[in-house]
This record gives sequence, structure tokens and C-alpha cells, in this order.
Amino acid sequence: MSATSVTAHAHVDHAAHHDLGFVRTYIFSTDHKMIARQFLFLGLSMMIVGGLLALVVRWQLAWPETAVPGLSNILKETDGILEPSTYNMAFTMHATIMIFFVIMPILAGAFGNFCIPLMIGARDMAFPFLNMLSFWVTGSAGVIMLSGFFVEGGHAAAGWTSYAPLSAVPSYTGVNWGQNIWCISLFIMGVGSMMGSINYITTIINMRAPGMRLFRMPLVVWSLFITAILLLLALPVLTSGVAMLLFDRTLGTNWFRPSGGGEPLLWQHLFWYFGHPEVYILILPAMGIASEILPVFCRKPIFGYHAMAFSMIAIAFLSWVVYGHHMFVSGMSPALGMAFTVTTMIIAVPSAIKTFNWLGTMWGARMQFTVPMLNALAFVSMFVIGGLSGIFMASTPVDIYIQDTYFIVAHIHYVVFGGSIFGAFAAIYYWFPKMFGRLTSPFLGHVHFWGTFVFFNLTFFPMHIIGVGGQMRRIYNPMQYEFLQHQQPWNVLITASALCLGLVQIPFVLNFFASLFGWRAGWFRVLAHAVGALVAGATILVFFSSLGYGKVLFGIVGLVVAVVVFAVSRRDTAGCGEKAPLNPWNSNTLEWTAPSPPPHLNWGATIPTVYRGPYEYSSPESKEDFLPQNVPPVGAAGARRH
Amino acid sequence: MLDWWLPENVSTYGQEIDWLFHLIYYITGVTFILVFGTMLAFIVMYRDRPGRKARYTHGNTTLEIVWTVVPALILVILTLLSVPAWSKIKMTMPETDFAVQVTAKQFNWQVTYPGPDGKFGTADDKTLLDEMHVPVNKIVRVHLRSQDVIHSFFVPQFRMKQDAVPGREIRQWFEATKPGKYELPCAELCGFGHSGMRGWIYVHTADEYAKWAAENLTAAAAPAAEATPAAKNEAPGKAEPKKEGKAKK
Repeated sequence: MSATSVTAHAHVDHAAHHDLGFVRTYIFSTDHKMIARQFLFLGLSMMIVGGLLALVVRWQLAWPETAVPGLSNILKETDGILEPSTYNMAFTMHATIMIFFVIMPILAGAFGNFCIPLMIGARDMAFPFLNMLSFWVTGSAGVIMLSGFFVEGGHAAAGWTSYAPLSAVPSYTGVNWGQNIWCISLFIMGVGSMMGSINYITTIINMRAPGMRLFRMPLVVWSLFITAILLLLALPVLTSGVAMLLFDRTLGTNWFRPSGGGEPLLWQHLFWYFGHPEVYILILPAMGIASEILPVFCRKPIFGYHAMAFSMIAIAFLSWVVYGHHMFVSGMSPALGMAFTVTTMIIAVPSAIKTFNWLGTMWGARMQFTVPMLNALAFVSMFVIGGLSGIFMASTPVDIYIQDTYFIVAHIHYVVFGGSIFGAFAAIYYWFPKMFGRLTSPFLGHVHFWGTFVFFNLTFFPMHIIGVGGQMRRIYNPMQYEFLQHQQPWNVLITASALCLGLVQIPFVLNFFASLFGWRAGWFRVLAHAVGALVAGATILVFFSSLGYGKVLFGIVGLVVAVVVFAVSRRDTAGCGEKAPLNPWNSNTLEWTAPSPPPHLNWGATIPTVYRGPYEYSSPESKEDFLPQNVPPVGAAGARRH
Repeated sequence: MLDWWLPENVSTYGQEIDWLFHLIYYITGVTFILVFGTMLAFIVMYRDRPGRKARYTHGNTTLEIVWTVVPALILVILTLLSVPAWSKIKMTMPETDFAVQVTAKQFNWQVTYPGPDGKFGTADDKTLLDEMHVPVNKIVRVHLRSQDVIHSFFVPQFRMKQDAVPGREIRQWFEATKPGKYELPCAELCGFGHSGMRGWIYVHTADEYAKWAAENLTAAAAPAAEATPAAKNEAPGKAEPKKEGKAKK
């Protein structure tokens, strides 16, 4: 099948696509690619909310009980100063939003939807209508979750783990409807995720293109397959858990309230039985994305393809029997703790295998340091740190001390930000040309990557140190404790870096929209200048305020970002928004054989046939350094397994 | 830099935790250096240069077996080394005649001494708020309870942490090795007053403790007016919630 015939058919289909009308094309679409874009926008816009909440939390920790800039209009009663109850709400909602409405929609929702059909050679998902429903159910859950900020008593404030009975009795937190809305929203989100996961599993099992055997599937499809199985089996436990919690709160049941014969630890068992697989739901797709991007830009096959697939399967199975390591000091039987320590140590082995295989992929490579590659390399290295810090907690005696300190906060952020978010950025830069048919600016991509990488580490690495010093998580003011006061300079550094981490996301937003709408659009350039001027103005204000060296760091980075915005917008196109070719990265997998962006039903009259595995880079069979999965083999060499 | 590390350890089993912590610290530190060193070396050596061709290989079974077995062995050894300390700290209760009952509530630690009869729940009990006095080099048994939500009894210098769960009593122990005044923060989110829920543990020499006990615990001591367990079920404690939710009892 030639490329020209594909485009010819595509044009026909493209026209048909538009006949559906605006609503069916852009809003209630059953096209997996449009649903993927919808999930991506949902995740990215919620990321702004979640990120700002994190900055509010950090401000309080560095400069306790001072007015948070910009909040004096929202927190009128206290003139912008965070109260303990508001602070608890902020960190609770930061985690809830980031986990359920940022990472899950972006990694599983957007890239699951985009990659699965395109990479296995299917025209769409198995159940397109269910797919549409899945997005709208998840989106409604997001809106319901946001509505909780506006109810009397504020939003949920019992932590994203919402341990009962704190969460089960309104008077313990002073939050009434906020926590109920939290439960309802997660219940609905659970239903939406179930629809998605059934769809993913069915599609992968039934709808692979001819020749696409299970062990010829790209590793990102493997990771999404396993993620979908975990979603299908883990989320319903949370869904029933939050229903029980809601009943305790509103109907007077006593599942978790000891005063009526309930058991507080039951909530923790249910929550972590979901919660630990959830961690792998967040990280497995990122692992798959890294395994996908590394071979492309190393120009060589992935090292140990089968080991990579089997280690993900092993992680998925083991993730059900390690959850108790969240509960070592909860009052659960210590003998059970010992059993969970064994399984927890075992689950580190497949993660180690994966890391070494990524290193093996880099061995003897011809590395091209594109923006997606840099993000994938950051994923690998940050995941290593997150994995190694996990060993401290796996050892039960050490966990007695480490539990509930900032060491844990550092660990989860190295895994979930350093892992999942870098994976998400890698995926966005890598598939953007296919998803939107436009190229992004490498310059802005590099600015964004290096800024994020540096300030991510400056933000989260010191958290290990203050955690070892004993600083508890979820405290409102570390200065209330004598044994923590000498660590306060670290808290200031962390907050200043976190603010800078927020600032360096501006080039990303700019890059994303400039590439989407085209830099030449006059209104866009005006908008970009306005953002630049706003950042510069705010920065100068902060620069001249009198709050120590943290502000100075923030001021310098702010000015740099503003300069970048102006400098880039002076160029003609800045590389943003140029039309993407069919296969900009010279990749092997099937999505790059469809037009950019792929039309409705993805390919023309025929879907591609698969002849080999996905990672045949620098193969001696081919004159070029890549050999797409759908290119028929020449002669007998084609009988080879890979 | 030493300032920014583990706080001073003043309990018997704290040494074992610190030893394991440092063991893991060195193992992970070496692993970190090896992995990052290799990665950086590869990034420099195998960067794209004109004329460079990537090595066409799909893996190496021997290598893969080695890097599966070696981490597995290290982790098994770490598990085995963790077991004795864990069973000593959490699974065994050494003999002692010194017991205190700690009942957590929003947002205080209520520390009850059994009084001369040695039994809790009798009239001669004496309850202190947010302070605990114990003699040095004496095994102290803590009967941990909570009357509202989950709290966590955390003494950084003792390397001791245990959640207090409403509806059950959890028994823990410690033995302090150095007199002094140590902070007792709550380590589990317990509501808007979580931050600042903090008590003090005073570790006295044997003589000083006897003196303190004679003055404060015996002799039909002054009536324990504040914060007797009678305050039970009077949820939220001192500070009132800013915005009252519809409390239901």
C-alpha cells in the first residue's frame, strides 16, 4: 500500500467527517482521536487548577500566615491569609485533582484513546459510543468536583486519602457538602473509567490489524492494556468505598465509625486496595511511553522486549498484594506488615528490570536529543530516584520513622511528577504532530524541558532532606515545632523553586497554543505579549517586595520567562505550527502511516498489515535506519521473528 | 550538613532503625551513582554524530538474568535484616511495671497515669494534658487510644510512630536513653487543628522522676479538672471550626 493512496482516501473520509456537523465532530464525537483531544484538554486545564493549589500550599509552608498574593479577593475574611481549614482543603484538592483529573485523563484517557486504535491498526475503538460516554461522564465528574469549592463549609479537607472517621463525620472537619461532593464526583469518575477500561481491553484483544500479534504490539499499547485491566479491577473498589463513606455521612450507616460499631481501618484497607494499583495506573502508561520513545531516538531496538512486557504484567499482579505497605503503623497486625514487606521488596525487582532495560536500550545507541527524548530520559532518571527512595519505606522499621513525613511526599512526587508528568510531556511532544497535524517549536520545548527539569529537582529533592529531619506532611506551619525550625530555609527554597516550576510552564502553554493556532494569527501574538507583560510586571513587583532570597530566585526566573516570550514572538514562526509530515520522527509504528492528523476511521480503504515488531531501528534488513511495521519484508529475511 | 539529617536518637531501638536507614542509604546511594554514571556516560558516548551507526541488538539473556537476580538478592537480604528490628519494636512487648495511657483527641494528647493502685480507669488516675513524664532507661508501655479520629503518636527522637485508632487500644513501648524534653507531634491529619497538636515528653533521671511523681501523681493530688476522659464525645476540642458544618450525632 502506498502513501499516496492513503492520502487520497483520507481526503474522501475527511470530507465525510465534516458532514457530521460541529456538535458531532467536536463535542459529542465518537471518534477516538477527538475523544483523546478532549481528555487532553480536560487534563491540561485541570492541571492549572491543581498546580495553583500546590503553589498556595507551598506559599503557606515557606512564609506561614502571610497573605498569599492574589488571594485577597478570594479569601476576603482573612485578607489573603490561609487558615488551617483552607490549607487542608488546598492540599486535599491538589492531590485529588492531580491524580484523578490530570494524570489519569492525560495518560490513560488521552493517550490511551489516541494510541490504542492507531497503533494496533484499528479504525476506532470497539465501542465508540461508550467511549464518548466515558469522556462525558469523566468530564461531568470533573465539573462536580470543581463545584465543591463553592459550597458552604468549603471543599473536602481530609486529605486525598480521606481517612475515616475524619472524613466520615462532618463535625470533625467542619466540612459538610464538600466531602459529599468529593465522594459523588469520584463515584461518577469511577463509572467513567470503567467504561473506558472495558473499551480498551476489548479493542486490544479483538481489533488488532492482520499480523499484529500480541508480542508485536508496541510497549505503550501493552502498558495501556495492563493499565486498563488494573482500572477495571481496582477502581470499583474505590467506587464502592466512596459510596460507603457517603452513606456514613448522609444516611447514618456505620461502616467506618467506631461509635456505631464500624471499623476505621476498613476504609484504609479498601482505599489502599484500590490505591496501590492506582499508583501503577499512573506510572505504567508513562513507562510504556518511555519504552516507545527511547528506541525511536536511540535508533535501535528496545532492549529485552519480552522482559519489558512480562515485567509490566508482573507489576500488575504484584500491585494487588503490596497495598498494606501504606499501613505499617496504622494499627494493622504487625505480622501482616511483615508479609507486605516481602511482597513490596519483590515488586521492586520488575521495576529494576525495566530500568536496566532502558539503560540497555541506550547502550550503543545513536541518541537524538529531541524534546520528547529529553522528557523520556528525564522520566527514566527521575523514576530511578523515586524507585530507590521507595526501598526506604519498604523496610518496615525504617518506615516507622519515615511514614507521614516529607520523605513520602518527595517519593510520590518523584514517581508521579518525575515519572508520570514527564511521561505525559514526552507523549505530548512526541504525538503532537500526529494528533494535531502541526509541529511544535523545539526552542520553546527545550526552554520548557530544562526549566521543568531543574526546578522539579530543586523543588522535590530537598523534601527528602526535611523528611529525614522529621517534618510531617500535611502540617500547616512547620515553625510551630521546635525540632523543625532549623529546616525552614529549605522550605523557602522549595517554595521559591515551586513558584519557578509554575513559571516555566508558560513556554509550554505558549508552544501548545501557538502550534495549534499558528503563530501568525495576530490575536494570538497580542495575547502572548499580554501574558509576557503580565509575567514581567508581576515579577518586578515580587522582585521589589521584601521577602528574602526565595523571591529573588522567583524574580530572576520570571524575568527570564518574560524575555523568552518576547524574544520568541519577535521571530516569524518560531517553528510553531508548521504542517507536520506523515512521519516526522522516522518511527516504525502504525500511527505514523496514517495522515497527520488522521481522518475519521484512520486509514483509507485498507488497514495496514503488520510484518514485524515495532522497534526495528538500524536493522540490517533496511537501507534506512528504520523499518516500519507495515513494510512487507524483502525475500526470506522477512521470516524472522522480530 | 549534619544539622540537616536525622534528629538525635535517644531510644534503645532507634539505633537499629538508624542502622537500617543508613544501610539502605548507602545501597541506594551506590546504585544511584552507578545508574546515573552509566546513563550520563551513554548520553555522551552514544550521542548522534555523523557516521555513527546504532548497534542492532534485541537484548542479552545473560545480562538480563544478572540484573534480575542481583537486585532480587539485595532486596531479600534487606527484608531479612528488617525482620528482627520490626518484630522487636512492634511484635513483642517487654516486661515492665511502668504504663501510661495516652488518649488522643482533637487536638490534644491526654496522658493518664494509673495512680498508686496501678490500674487504669479507677478514681486515683491522674491525667495530664499534652505532657508526659517518664524516667530514663525504663521501659515505658503506652496504651494508645483515640476518642474521635485517627491520630499518630510520633516522637522523632525515639524513632517511634504509631497511629491511635478510635475503637481500639494499641500497646507500644519505648525506652529513652537520655534525659531531656522531646516533642510529641501528631503525624496523621486529624482536622484543622492537626498542625500544632503537639505534646512534650519529659525524660527525667530516676531521682528527678521520683520527685516529680511524688509531687504530681500521688497523695490525692489536686483534682484533675481539665481534660478528664469525661470530655469524651465532645468532638472538636479547643478551637471551634470557623464554618460549622451540619454536625450530626
